[in-house]
Amino acid sequence: MQTLLFLILFPILVACLLLFVKRTTVRYAVVALSALAIGGGSIYLLVRYALEGAVYFAAPSEAASLVMVAIEMGLALFIVYMGAKFRNYLAIALAAIQAALVVYLEGTFSGSLHAVNNLFIDQLSIIMALIIGIIGSLIAVYAVRYMETYHHHHPEVRDRQKMFFFVIFVFLAAMFGLVFSNNLMWLFFFWEITTISSFLLIGYSETEEATRNAFRALVMNLLGGVAFVVAIIILVATEATSGGIDLAQVLASGDTAIVLIPAVLIGFAGITKAALMPFSSWLLGAMVAPTPVSALLHSSTMVKAGVYILVRFSPVFAGTFAGFSIGLVGAVTFVVASAIAISQSNAKLVLAYSTIANLGLIAACAGVGTYMLVWAAILLIIFHAVAKALLFLGTGAIEHRIGSRDIEDMEGLIVRMPRMAVMMFIGIAGMFLAPFGMLISKWAAIEAFVQVPFGLVFIAILAYGSAVTVFFWAKWMGKLVAVTRHQEKVEKGFFEEPWAPLYIITGLVIAAVLLFPVISSILIEPYVLAIYGVTALMAQANVAIMLLMMTLLLILPVSFLLFRRSAKSLPAYMGGRTATPDLHFAGSLGLTREAQTRNYYLTEYFGEAKLFLPGAVVCTVLILASWVLAGVAL
Amino acid sequence: MTWTWLIGAVLFLVLAPVIGGLVAGIDRKITARMQGRVGPPLLQPFYDVGKLFEKESVVVTTAQNFYVLAYLIFIALSGALFFAGGDLLLIIFAFTLAHVFLVLGAYAVHSPYSHIGAERELIQLMAYEPMIILAAVGLYMVTNSFYVADIAVSTIPAILYLPGVFLGFVTILTIKLRKSPFDISTSHHAHQEIVKGITTEFSGSTLAQVEIAHWYENVFLLGFVFLFFSWNPVIGVIAVVVTYLAEIFVDNVTARVRWQAALKSGWFAAVLGIVNLAVLAYILGYMMTGGV
Amino acid sequence: MAFLKRSPWILHYDASSCNGCDIEVLACLTPLYDVERFGMINTGNPKHADILLITGGINTQNREVVENIYEQMPEPKVVIAVGICAATGGIFRECYNIVGGIDKVIPVDVYVPGCAARPEQIIDGVVTALSILEKKRAAMAGTAQTREEEQHTEQAGEST
Repeated sequence: MQTLLFLILFPILVACLLLFVKRTTVRYAVVALSALAIGGGSIYLLVRYALEGAVYFAAPSEAASLVMVAIEMGLALFIVYMGAKFRNYLAIALAAIQAALVVYLEGTFSGSLHAVNNLFIDQLSIIMALIIGIIGSLIAVYAVRYMETYHHHHPEVRDRQKMFFFVIFVFLAAMFGLVFSNNLMWLFFFWEITTISSFLLIGYSETEEATRNAFRALVMNLLGGVAFVVAIIILVATEATSGGIDLAQVLASGDTAIVLIPAVLIGFAGITKAALMPFSSWLLGAMVAPTPVSALLHSSTMVKAGVYILVRFSPVFAGTFAGFSIGLVGAVTFVVASAIAISQSNAKLVLAYSTIANLGLIAACAGVGTYMLVWAAILLIIFHAVAKALLFLGTGAIEHRIGSRDIEDMEGLIVRMPRMAVMMFIGIAGMFLAPFGMLISKWAAIEAFVQVPFGLVFIAILAYGSAVTVFFWAKWMGKLVAVTRHQEKVEKGFFEEPWAPLYIITGLVIAAVLLFPVISSILIEPYVLAIYGVTALMAQANVAIMLLMMTLLLILPVSFLLFRRSAKSLPAYMGGRTATPDLHFAGSLGLTREAQTRNYYLTEYFGEAKLFLPGAVVCTVLILASWVLAGVAL
Repeated sequence: MTWTWLIGAVLFLVLAPVIGGLVAGIDRKITARMQGRVGPPLLQPFYDVGKLFEKESVVVTTAQNFYVLAYLIFIALSGALFFAGGDLLLIIFAFTLAHVFLVLGAYAVHSPYSHIGAERELIQLMAYEPMIILAAVGLYMVTNSFYVADIAVSTIPAILYLPGVFLGFVTILTIKLRKSPFDISTSHHAHQEIVKGITTEFSGSTLAQVEIAHWYENVFLLGFVFLFFSWNPVIGVIAVVVTYLAEIFVDNVTARVRWQAALKSGWFAAVLGIVNLAVLAYILGYMMTGGV
Repeated sequence: MAFLKRSPWILHYDASSCNGCDIEVLACLTPLYDVERFGMINTGNPKHADILLITGGINTQNREVVENIYEQMPEPKVVIAVGICAATGGIFRECYNIVGGIDKVIPVDVYVPGCAARPEQIIDGVVTALSILEKKRAAMAGTAQTREEEQHTEQAGEST
C-alpha cells in the first residue's frame, strides 16, 4: 500500500516544490529526478503486484474523505469565480448543480459513504499506472525544455511555468489516485481534479481562444461529472443490492439491472472525458494548449481515464443493449473521426481526431464487453498511449524547429531533421501498420466482434474505419519521407530539444511490439481471466509471425548499404522540362517556376463541415438510447 | 507439428513468380486477341523483367530502392503466409504494410507524377480495404475459421452462402489487379495514366521488383478467389480461370474512371458484402436454428 | 541472355512535326501492324524507355525538352529519327525557329526517311535499332571499353 500512497502523494509534494522553483535548470533537475522516482515507483508496482491479482487496501478513510469533500467544494467555488470572471454562466450552473448534489449525497447518505477498502490494485490498474508513471513523467521531463522554448517563441504569453508544472504534477497524482481508487467517491474526486487540471492547462496562454476552449472542455466534463454524482447517488440509494460506493462490490453485484443504470451514467461521464462524439469538440479545442499538455492530458493519460472507467464497467455492460449502444457510440465516433482526419492538414488536429477515433474504438470494445474485446481494449490503451505520446511530442519539437505544425510543411523532414523524422515514422507506423500495436488490437477486435451477436455492425464500421485510417496516416508518412533537395538540416538549434524522452518513448513503441506477448500473458490475460473466467489469447504462430515481421522491419534499413553509390542519380521527371532537384523548372516566358506537391484532403467528401454534425447527432441519439435501454432493462 | 505449411510457403515463393509471369503473358495474349492483334510471345513478361535487370540503375534518390525492396519482401512474405495457411486478417494487414512501402517509395522521390500516383494508390487502398476485410469475415462466418488452412479444406461451398461477398470481392479484384476501369494509380503496358503514376520514377531493376511483386500479389489474389470454391478443387480452379477471364474482359471493354468513381465503387462493393453477411448471419442463421 | 532486344519499350516524342509521321507511328500499334508482337510497348515515361522515337525537327522551343528526355532515359538507349523532318528539318528546314534534324541536339542511331514514313519502314527502323541496342548492352556489360564503343556506334548511325 505504501507504493500506492507514494505514487499519489509524492507528485503532490513535487508539485508544491515546483511552485517555488524559478530557474529552468533547477526545475529540470527536480522534474527529472521525480520522474525517475515516479517511473521507478510504477515499475516497482509492476514487480510487486503483477502476479498477485486484485489486492485491496483499507487505507485511512475518515480524514481523507473529509479533505476531499473540502477540496471539491473549494474547486466548485473556484469554477464559480472563474465562470463569473469570464461570464460563463453554464460552467457556474453545472458546478453549482454538482456541488449541490455532492452536499445532498453527504447529507442524506453520510452513513453509507464508507467503503471497506478505499484503495486497490489489479493488473488493469498496474497497466494504467505504468502509462502514467513512465509516459506521463517522460512527458513532464520533455515539458521543461519545451516550455522554455515555448516562451521564447511566444513572448506575448505570460510566463506562468510554476503554475504549469504544479498542475502537471497534481494531475499525475490525480491520475494515480483515479486508477487506484476502489471507493467511488474517491474516484470521483480524482476525476474532478483531472477536469480542473485540463481546464487550467488548456487556458494556459490566456488568449481569448484558449479561454473559450478551456471553458468548453470544462463544461462538457462537468456534464459528465454531474452524471457521475447522480450515478453514485443511485448506487448509494440501492446499496443493499448494488454494493454502494465500493467499486469491487458494484462490479460483483448480482443485481445487474440495478447496477446497469449507474454504470451507463458513469459510462456517460467516461464518454465526455474520452471526448467521444458529440463531445469531441472540447478535445479539438484543447489543441491550443502547449504540446506536452496535449500529449499528457489529451491523448495518453487523462482521456484514457474515460475509457478506463468504461473498461472497468464492461462486465456490467456485456450482453446488455445499453452497453451495445455505448459501444456503438464508440464505433461511430471511430469511423467519423477517422474520416474527418483525412481532411485535416494541421498535425495536432490530425492527432486529435485520431485520438478521438481510437478512444472510440476502445469504447466500442468496452461497451460490448466480451472477454476478447476487453483484452483488445486494454491492448489498445497501452499501444495508443505510447505511440500517441511520441507523435505529440515529436510534433511539438518539429513545430519549434520549422515554425509550423502543418503537415505540408513537414515535407522532406527526413532531410531536414532525420532523427526526428525517423521517430515520427515509427510513431505513425505504431498507429496503423502491422506488426505494430494498434493494428494487433484492431485485428483482435475484428476477430472478437465476429463472435458477438449483431457484431457485424461493428465489423462493417471497423472495416471502413481502418481503410480511412490507412489513408490519412500514410499520406502524412509520405510527406515525412520525401527526399527534398537543397534544404538545410535544422536539427540542431539555439535551444537543444529534449531528445532523451523522445528516444525513450520511441524505444517503448518498438519494445511494446516485441514484448507484447509478455505484457499480454502477465497483465492482460490474468485480468480478463479473473473477471470472465476465460481469457483471450493470440495464437502462438501469429505472435511468431508478428515478431518475424518486426525483425524484418528492423533489419531492412541495413539494405541502404547496398544502394550506396551504385546508381546514377537523375532529377525527377517533369514532363520533359529541365528541372532542378528542388523542382524548379523552366516555365514559359523564360521564367523559372517551382513545382510543389500537396496531399489530397478530399474535403468535399470527408470535411469537418460535412461529417461532424451527422456523427454528433447519431452519437447523441445512441447515448439517449443507452439511457432508455438501461431504464427498460430495469 | 507438421511441416506442410512450410511446403506451401516455399512453393509459393518459388513458383508464384513463374505462375504470375505466365498469367501476365496469357493475359496479354488474350487481350491482344480480343483487340484483333497477334500479341506478344507468351513469355513476354519474363523478357520485360529480364530486360529491366539489364538496364542501368538510375534513381532520383537511393531511398526509393529501399522502399521498393521492402514492398517486394513484404508482398512475398504475405503471400507465403497465405499459402502456408495463416490467419487471413493478418495476411491482409501484411499486404497493406507492403503497399504502404510502395506508396512511400513514390513519395520519397519527391516528383510530381509519382506524388499523384502515390495519392491515387492510397485512394485505391482506401477503396478496397473494407471489402477485403469483409471477405475474410465472410469466409470466417461460413467456415468458422480465419485460417486459410482451415478454410481451404472446408467442405462447405462458401460461394453459395457468399454470392454478394464474392461479387464485391471481384469488384475490388479489378482494383488490385490494376485493371481498367480502376487502374488509376499506375497502369499496364500501352495505357498511360499521368505518365506512369506511382512507378514513374522507378526504373531498371527497381521497376522489375515492382513487377515481380505484382506477380506475387496476383497469385495470392487468385488463391483468395479459390477459397470461395475450395470445397471442390476442380470447380475452384475453373472458377479462378473464369474469374480472371472476366477481369480481362472487363479490362478491355471499360474506360478508366475517375478516382471518385473508383472509391465509390469499392465502398459500394463493401455494402454489397455487408448486406450479404447480414442476410447470412440473421436470416439464414435464424432459419437454421429453427426459428429459436 | 539478352532480353533487351526482346522487350524494347518506346518513348514517342513529337517535336515540330506536321503530325503525319505521328499518325503512322500510332498506326504501328494498331491490329494491322501490332508492334507488340516484338514486345514493343509505347511508354510515356523516359525512365522506362529503351528507344526514343522522334518525329519532326528540332525548334528553339523543344530543343531543351528533347535533351531533357534523352538525359532521363537510362542506358542502354537508342534514338530513332522518323521522317525526313526528324532527319534534316525537312520542309520546315528554312523556318526561322527550326534548328534542324534531331542529330543537332542528341546522337541519333537510326534514321527512317519518308514523308510521311510508312509503318513498315518505322517497324523496320525499330528492328534495326534493336541490334544497335544489343551492341550497346553488350558494351555496357563489358566494362573495359564501354565509353569508346558507345561513341563509335553513335557515329556510325545507320539508316534504312
